[in-house]
Amino acid sequence: MSRPDVTLMSALMSPVGRKVLTGVTGIGLVVFVIVHMIGNLSYLLPDPQAYNAYAHKLMSWGWLLYTMEIGLALCFLLHAIVGISIQVRRRKARPTGYKAYKSAGSPSRSGYSARSMILTGIILLGFLILHLNSFKFGPGEAEGYTAILQSGEEVRDLRRLMTEKFQEPLYAFGYPVVMILLGMHMRHGVWSALQSLGMMSRRLSPYLYTFAAVLGALVAIGFLVVPLYIYFSA
Amino acid sequence: MAKNMTINLRIWRQKGPEVPGKLVDYTVSNASEHMSFLELLDVLNEQLIASGGDPVEFDSDCREGICGSCGVMVAGIAHGPQQLTAVCQLHMRSFKDGDTITVEPFRARAFPIIRDLVVDRSAFDRIITAHGYVSVKTGSAPDANAIPISKDAAEEAMDFAACIGCGACVAACPNGSASLFTAAKIAHLALLPQGQVEASRRVVAMVDQMEAEGFGDCSNYAECEAVCPKGISVAGIASMRRAYMKGVFSK
Repeated sequence: MSRPDVTLMSALMSPVGRKVLTGVTGIGLVVFVIVHMIGNLSYLLPDPQAYNAYAHKLMSWGWLLYTMEIGLALCFLLHAIVGISIQVRRRKARPTGYKAYKSAGSPSRSGYSARSMILTGIILLGFLILHLNSFKFGPGEAEGYTAILQSGEEVRDLRRLMTEKFQEPLYAFGYPVVMILLGMHMRHGVWSALQSLGMMSRRLSPYLYTFAAVLGALVAIGFLVVPLYIYFSA
Repeated sequence: MAKNMTINLRIWRQKGPEVPGKLVDYTVSNASEHMSFLELLDVLNEQLIASGGDPVEFDSDCREGICGSCGVMVAGIAHGPQQLTAVCQLHMRSFKDGDTITVEPFRARAFPIIRDLVVDRSAFDRIITAHGYVSVKTGSAPDANAIPISKDAAEEAMDFAACIGCGACVAACPNGSASLFTAAKIAHLALLPQGQVEASRRVVAMVDQMEAEGFGDCSNYAECEAVCPKGISVAGIASMRRAYMKGVFSK
């Protein structure tokens, strides 16, 4: 008896493959949010043009940036599709729910952030659309948002756009709330991705679980300080 | 002298697979704190039979936590609130006098209810049949230590081999996934030299069968580990995934 036939496609669609796909795309997205967060922090640097210079540098990458953006969009799409399909299959796998159900406690990792993955995920997807609309596809040089770098180059004044947006209470407080949800999503997501990719052993598990919590918290804090700083320093 | 307890039970009653069921309230007023939960159900059944009612159907066999026959949801937790034991080893001293306890069958599409608290777990048998074994010519037992296996590997393999196939992992999983059960067998054999030969066909066949039975996806909640009477670690699921990825890229 030999191994049942497996193609790469059927492997990716298997219960293990779906988790690997979620984990790999998730790690791609985590790398993106970390880079994005560090980029945002450049707003706080003493040089007022640091943020615009950073954004301009990214834009100047041209095709490399577009390739990365397509990769990211694919990650988002696959991550969301698999995530939603897992949720759909969950209902099929237990058509009649329990009248009484509760977690048995540790070593269960079924905490608040784990159980709200689908909810935080959907909120993050909605947020992504609004966010791209406000910033990436928001007003640019054509609308007079122009800054001059030290080199004399005229670039899009994203710093001004950001400053204006985060002086509105809805943005200044709405963003941090969503970033806390992102931190929660990562809290379960990071450990889950490592487990999905088979990088977990009984010895490593508690460390990686803590690492996921620390990373989630750091990303949330890194993202929410800038809007709050802008709002309260205005 | 054992303390006498009054226990209120809300038990899922269902006459057959296709019949709608419901929770029915019962009271056992002469329970002892030393009784196991299954003995409490025995006392209730004596009561029901004496009054001409239908006894509550439930599975049990060894009543010492090694056969994997018993298993119900007690107060919302598979095998009840005490960890590392099957429901036959859960004693009434874990509860308080006057408690109301909800008792439901393990629920999953792949575990259809037969009657009351009895579910059909033959989906597990089919996952094992798919390739949860090592093909060997049987003969006399091999010499001890004829195949060198490190102590750590032997211990860990034994920990995974401790799975009794009770189905609590599926019952507790918010997604109704059978990953821990399937992984326990795969991880057990993956740690031993005897398991290497058929490693890739085993993992692919068992994962395929798990899917075919209609179990849900694993979301790494690790709720399965928390209810497992044998404390099988979700590290086994990570091991299954490694074996699967390796299996896909080999013959």
